Amino acid sequence: MITEFFERLFLSNKGSREDVKRRLKLVLAHDRSTLNASTLEKMREEILLVVSKYVELDTDSLEFSIRTDSKMTALIANLPIRRILKDI
Amino acid sequence: MARIVVITSGKGGVGKTTVTANLGMALAQLGYRTALIDADIGLRNLDLLLGLENRVIYTALEVLSGECRLEQALIKDKRQPNLVLLPAAQNRNKDSVTEEQMKFLVNLLVNDYDYLLIDCPAGIETGFHNAIGPAQEAIVVTTPEIAAVRDADRVIGLLEANGIKQIKLLVNRLRPQMVKANDMMSVADVREILAIPLIGVIPEDECVIVSTNRGEPLVLEKNLSLPGLAFEHTACRLDGQEIEFLDLQSYSRGPLKRLRRFFLGSSTN
Repeated sequence: MITEFFERLFLSNKGSREDVKRRLKLVLAHDRSTLNASTLEKMREEILLVVSKYVELDTDSLEFSIRTDSKMTALIANLPIRRILKDI
Repeated sequence: MARIVVITSGKGGVGKTTVTANLGMALAQLGYRTALIDADIGLRNLDLLLGLENRVIYTALEVLSGECRLEQALIKDKRQPNLVLLPAAQNRNKDSVTEEQMKFLVNLLVNDYDYLLIDCPAGIETGFHNAIGPAQEAIVVTTPEIAAVRDADRVIGLLEANGIKQIKLLVNRLRPQMVKANDMMSVADVREILAIPLIGVIPEDECVIVSTNRGEPLVLEKNLSLPGLAFEHTACRLDGQEIEFLDLQSYSRGPLKRLRRFFLGSSTN
């Protein structure tokens, strides 16, 4: 308790300004990289169309999503293949 | 041909309507014919801030339905003949008007005025999209607080996606003492994060509340308050003039300064 008292007396209050700037920059980096739902859906349909030209996909167990962490955003797609189409 | 500017923010309560009322009045005082359009259907407040609430007879909705002519709905401000208000309906909601109808209303006004300021509702749904539809320019209002800045960032993205390229920043409710104490973001901090050009900085001040209580925009005062002066400067900058930003630190009222002013009078500001 005594140490807390002395700490408050001698250590200057850093203020919350740096906190808010840091938090904002992080949250905005995340907000800005999120694709909206309709764009994602359009992208998904076009990608599946292209892939389906070469292989037949198992549409029931498809995975297609955006994942973001503090470092980067990635588009993750898991497309199980039923069989490879023969060249026409 | 009028310049069509939408005043928006995303977050509610940061001062869009106060900015619209004061900026509009300041532009009118500069000599420009200015029309203010309240796009916040159902929760209109622009009439209140201008002190014109008793003169609302017809609104934009009656103009659209053909019940009245545009001139019957437009309220001319008796204090400043260059300023008119087109009020929003209070008994409907934001889905009552379409984007096309908003554009139609703006087209009715665009040739007779120099500035059309659209007071945008909070949020990013239909009301927001209707309000920004006819706009060519935007002023994004934010306070130096985390939630407001985050929402402002989202709104800037939406404005750009809608083809509005002239987007300016207005930082409202700044408290210079808190910035100095490192407990509030500075204007420079907000500017760095949002990365759009700055058009105005308005300090937090009790006189803003007094002005809304009376329905008298700050820029009408004979002895201009600090926010009033800041609004005038903002109007001049919108008009293209280059005006240095006020050094709000030096004006800020610490308790010691308040005491000094009490004893020595307000001539030493």
